[in-house]
Amino acid sequence: MRQRSLVILTSVLTTGALTLTACGSRDSGSKSDSSSTTLTIGVDAPLSGENSTTGLGIQYGVQIAVDDANKNNWVPGVKFKIKALDDKAQPATGQSNATAFTGQKDVVGAVGPLNSGVAQSMQQVFASANMVEISPSNTNPALTQGKDWATSKTRPYKTYFRTATTDALQGAFAADYAYNGLKKKKAFVVDDKQTYGAGLAGIFNSAFKKLGGSIAGTDHVNTGDTDFSSLVTKIKNSGADLLYYGGQYDESEKITKQLKGAGVKIPLFGGDGMFATTYIQTAGKAAEGDLATSVGVPADTLPAAKQFIATYKAKGYKGDYGAYGAYAYDAATAIIKAVKAVKDANGDKLPASNDLRSKVVDAVQKSDFEGISGKVAFDEYGDTTNKQLTVYQVANGAWKAVKTGTFNGS
Amino acid sequence: MNTLPQQLANGLLLGSMYGLIAIGYTMVYGIVQLINFAHGEIFMTGAFGALTVYAYILPDGTSMVVAVPLMLIGGGIVSVVVAVGAERFAYRPLRQAPRLAPLITAIGLSLSLQELVRNFYPGADKARSFPSLDGNHDIGSVTISDADIFLVIAAIICMSGLAWFVRKSRTGRAMQATAQDPDTAQLMGIDTNRIIVIAFAIGGFFAAVAAVSYGLKYGNIDYRMGFLMGLKAFTAAVMGGIGNIYGAMLGGVVLGVAETLASAYISKIPGMEQLGGSSWANVWAFCLLILVLLFRPQGLLGERVADRA
Repeated sequence: MRQRSLVILTSVLTTGALTLTACGSRDSGSKSDSSSTTLTIGVDAPLSGENSTTGLGIQYGVQIAVDDANKNNWVPGVKFKIKALDDKAQPATGQSNATAFTGQKDVVGAVGPLNSGVAQSMQQVFASANMVEISPSNTNPALTQGKDWATSKTRPYKTYFRTATTDALQGAFAADYAYNGLKKKKAFVVDDKQTYGAGLAGIFNSAFKKLGGSIAGTDHVNTGDTDFSSLVTKIKNSGADLLYYGGQYDESEKITKQLKGAGVKIPLFGGDGMFATTYIQTAGKAAEGDLATSVGVPADTLPAAKQFIATYKAKGYKGDYGAYGAYAYDAATAIIKAVKAVKDANGDKLPASNDLRSKVVDAVQKSDFEGISGKVAFDEYGDTTNKQLTVYQVANGAWKAVKTGTFNGS
Repeated sequence: MNTLPQQLANGLLLGSMYGLIAIGYTMVYGIVQLINFAHGEIFMTGAFGALTVYAYILPDGTSMVVAVPLMLIGGGIVSVVVAVGAERFAYRPLRQAPRLAPLITAIGLSLSLQELVRNFYPGADKARSFPSLDGNHDIGSVTISDADIFLVIAAIICMSGLAWFVRKSRTGRAMQATAQDPDTAQLMGIDTNRIIVIAFAIGGFFAAVAAVSYGLKYGNIDYRMGFLMGLKAFTAAVMGGIGNIYGAMLGGVVLGVAETLASAYISKIPGMEQLGGSSWANVWAFCLLILVLLFRPQGLLGERVADRA
């Protein structure tokens, strides 16, 4: 008896609470035509520990976009703020952050994450909440084109977009530069078994062979490893003239140091995951001559990004904008512009929270504007149409762009 | 080219480092039966102590011949202070408490030390570069660096010094007595608290030696470096027979060699391609530990006899 009355009490309370919250959301919906609505843009990236240098670049890239939107009144009557959560590069943490964003009523969309592996665990959460998620840096093809992207592309989640291009292009672009640009014929391929690293290394491997190069050997490492002496001995003995590494700078900076320390003077070539100033700071002289591909063109050479970089430096933000700051800025801008489009289409007022979210997803899909990294528009899979890539090489302690190009796949 | 000698050398070097850290686990366990899980962090603070000496105290461009001994002293001081402080303030109040209490304390201390370094040491939230010794020497088909030579010499000196100390010195014999039976040792006039502090201090100093070698060899250190190294060293101590100082060193070397050889050669065995490579090194190392514990539960050299100290 007592239990049944408890059940009744609970259900009454829950119903009451739900009704109240429903009222609440209608209230905020109708309030929005007054001039004081504030919407939040979520940011998810590793803000501490591994990968945090690039992660902070994403956070502050979004921050600057939001500041610009507020200052220049991009969406009249709507102010934006950011809510940045640290995913520590852990898929589980990313998933709970995604849940936190979708649970908070005024969050209209999210920028992030940095890591492809984290994105995998977040996509479903955003899809069920119908909330837009734009990653400035995820490069794994499966995220937008499905598991069997190489043979038949199907888009798994219509809420997921990215302003970075994919590893399918990056790995092939690297293979092309290694074979035709550097004239390397024998590569040793190592990856860190993560979604991003293993995917990238696999694509490089097959593209390099297709061009006519040979693979001297392959190996895998664990993230967090520090001693690579056994691997270095294997590479040395394989006679490879290039080491390709799929993974993040945390391991590659140690590998290159130990490799050069053992007297193996071959360059290490990696993806955008190791394109960070930290790589050079930590590896020091050993990094000279190493290469990395990165999506897009260098932030410093983008004419439209001058203002962005000046602001970033003037505010003294931590982290590194070089890799994804401009893409994070454009991702946030896409969300902000989508909010404006939705508001304009809805008789100049914002729809209620849930409706707003799904309409923003549709509006982001139709994005078409000049961002600071180039044209921002998405294809039918949610991938950016901006397929610029750049090869960087370490020279005199800094990354120098050695080849920029638009890659159309092979 | 035959890679076996080079891979053996790699394994021996890695193993010596494990062994040096394992001494700290084994000595403390031998005397107070406590597994000091914060020992990996004592190793880490030693590395940062040494870096402080190099980066903030010594003038730029100091020759490494002068710098390395000073870094050893600096790292040693920091590690010993942290180890002794941990004993005094975290473990001693719990000496009579149930076994689980100091164990949990050790884990808490380990996390606190990591976060302290991460938050308060400049630039420690990511890898900091450490002056490395890069000169290479070819001995036959084996290439080793100056840092490797430093590590080997340091490990040999430390181990023989410790062996002499435990066997011959008065304090060393008092340690053996305390390990055997702390209550009786106290009745015989041995200040057991002092002995325990000395055990922690020696463990801390050895960890600092390992930390300096680590920095010189790999060229960078970070606040998480103690976790994995600590875990491996603990494994080495258990494999060799926890409580036995020779066992710790032997366990370290066996573990290092096993890891290196596994990652180098297992993938060459037909049918084992999937289970080889660097990423499987830890799996094979721990399989070896399980085998040792199955067939020799007391560890390779572990015997519950008098020389356990």
